[in-house]
Amino acid sequence: MSEPPGPIEPIDPSRPGTLVQDDPWQALRRHTAARIALGRVGASLPTAEVLRFGLAHAQARDAVLRPLDADALQGELEGDGWRVLRAHSAAPGRHEYLLRPDLGRRLREADRARLGAEPAAAELALVVADGLSSSAVQQHVRPLLAEFRGRFDTDWARTPLVLVEQGRVAIGDDIGAALGARLAVVLIGERPGLSSPASLGVYLTFAPRPGRSDGERNCISNVRPEGLAYPEAAHKLAHLCRAALRRQLTGVDLKDDSDLLALPD
Amino acid sequence: MAYRSRVGVAGYVFADLREVLAKASPARSGDYLAGLGAGSYEERMAARMVLADLPLRTFLNEALIPYETDEVTRLIVDRHDRAAFPPVSHFTVGEFRNWLLLDTTDSAALAALAPGLTPEMVAAVSKLMRNQDLILAARKCRVVTRFRNTIGLPGHLAVRLQPNHPTDDLKGIAASTLDGLFYGAGDAVVGINPAGDSLATMHRLWQMLDDLRLRFDIPMQSCVLTHVTTQIKAIEQGAPVDLVFQSIAGTEAANASFGVTLALLREAREAALSLGRGTLGDHVMYFETGQGSALSAGAHHGVDQQTCEARAYAVAREFRPLLTNTVVGFIGPEYLYDGKQIIRAGLEDHFCGKLLGVPMGCDVCYTNHAEADQDDMDTLMTLLANAGLSFIMGIPGADDIMLNYQSTSFHDALYLRELLGLKRAPEFEAWLARMGIADAQGRLRPIGDTHRLLRELPT
Repeated sequence: MSEPPGPIEPIDPSRPGTLVQDDPWQALRRHTAARIALGRVGASLPTAEVLRFGLAHAQARDAVLRPLDADALQGELEGDGWRVLRAHSAAPGRHEYLLRPDLGRRLREADRARLGAEPAAAELALVVADGLSSSAVQQHVRPLLAEFRGRFDTDWARTPLVLVEQGRVAIGDDIGAALGARLAVVLIGERPGLSSPASLGVYLTFAPRPGRSDGERNCISNVRPEGLAYPEAAHKLAHLCRAALRRQLTGVDLKDDSDLLALPD
Repeated sequence: MAYRSRVGVAGYVFADLREVLAKASPARSGDYLAGLGAGSYEERMAARMVLADLPLRTFLNEALIPYETDEVTRLIVDRHDRAAFPPVSHFTVGEFRNWLLLDTTDSAALAALAPGLTPEMVAAVSKLMRNQDLILAARKCRVVTRFRNTIGLPGHLAVRLQPNHPTDDLKGIAASTLDGLFYGAGDAVVGINPAGDSLATMHRLWQMLDDLRLRFDIPMQSCVLTHVTTQIKAIEQGAPVDLVFQSIAGTEAANASFGVTLALLREAREAALSLGRGTLGDHVMYFETGQGSALSAGAHHGVDQQTCEARAYAVAREFRPLLTNTVVGFIGPEYLYDGKQIIRAGLEDHFCGKLLGVPMGCDVCYTNHAEADQDDMDTLMTLLANAGLSFIMGIPGADDIMLNYQSTSFHDALYLRELLGLKRAPEFEAWLARMGIADAQGRLRPIGDTHRLLRELPT
């Protein structure tokens, strides 16, 4: 028994409004951000979707390749009251950064010595790295840190914030060690997806030093207004920081059970 | 043993077979990251000329990774079928390339030869082949597998429907699955990459797909792509597991980084077989691979990434998979830098897998930090479809919203069918016709808003 097609609006090439074969399951879009019910022209995507996809990819590419405006961000962060230090990874530019992950994981020699001469961190070293999305750093670091400061108690005057260019997550080990921090908190631009060109990741490493493995870190990902919003992310971060300092570890043995605690309004 | 070439002013010396293979490889970022790539264009050609003159038997006599310390090497050596090798046993690598491309070397000859080939022989010859050679030779290889339908018949291309969702939301996954079925996708497998590691959630995913299959009598198979140990546990708990998935690589140490051994894969296959869920055949495994995985685990033993990848296919064929998928551009630009490198790697992987008798599909894909875009994917999928690829991915709009990368879409599969006349798995194509989704020629029909799938499923 063949299933009879239901009532269908016929394609009439002479009428531009009916060139696209629409899909009658558009209501399903409320369940997912996936690109479903796109319709088709013959076997192919309608023009509108080709352009929508192209724009999303363009934004993701720009997020990867556009250099972080570190001078401007430094000024803004200092305006927010942070003590900002600058640093650069061993990757001289974006091309080397993409091809040599090892270079992005360690400081340029001169910067390691310079940070080592700075006053030691009281407890935390905050590290802000461009990672794979400068847009994420530009958009989310300041509001997230503002929320975090209100939720965590430490000697903020002796908490350095290191703004590092061409950095990967593990560069926090190098920086945290140079500053003698007990806990490194790395805020970094995540690899952009088409629906999330600007998403921030946060990585915590207790007793940071070169050679720490990813299994020794905790991660909060997808920080952005459309994903994990700033207050929730800051709540999780403060909770994890307290737990890490109390239990003196981060990584697989430190569970994120912040969901069990009420989120303050 | 050292290998010498008289090419160039001073000539070149290669310390061992690994170095010849690595330097003969077409340029790719991962081999340079490993410090293995050729130092100049001339050195690369010198290495290829040395390679072309090596007898194929060399690869039986000289292990790239020691037999004593690597179980993948032991598998390759112990399983080599000397009785199948004679048609090419007297060839050099260069002569092997010539033989592969002869009109008289047909599908039957290649199928009979497959057990007599090792992955190193296949990787070696691929390094002497241009893209068109990889396409033409692969097209002659036929690898047909069955579970509830038939994959790999000449003139056919299947699609893995990949309905991922960032929070494993059942309705979100169902919505993408339905979208795919209406676009005629899902004959290879409906395979979900779960975002979380909750076994309870995965049980619900298995159950939902099985309910869908039974309710509408769909000749398809499903898979939840989690670690094999989790799937074995799920089988023990009674989950309706069709295919067992695992990522695999070409060295024992790289497999260890995935948390698997050959013994564990054997155990997983036995567990899946014990359920007896296949109606047409007992191909119950689904593997994924990709160049660079051994290096990223620090487990490549100085072997170039393309040769490591070919060794993964020796692991795959041992377990008679329904599907093996090279996820070619997922790993990032430090292994495959741009569209050119991704396209080359995709063609190599498909050729090497098929020549070894593995049912190869390809996740034609890239990440947003690679120098690639959808045009490069169009090129690679068109080339692979001409080469007789077994299956591609079908993801709504080519945008995986959980894994954050771009692959191929349901529309892309329609494009390939329209362009090349490729059919779906016959049992699945017949189901689409019964459901009024496609016509007798396999072309999609318009779907009305009263279609049974829309009526009977909660939307």
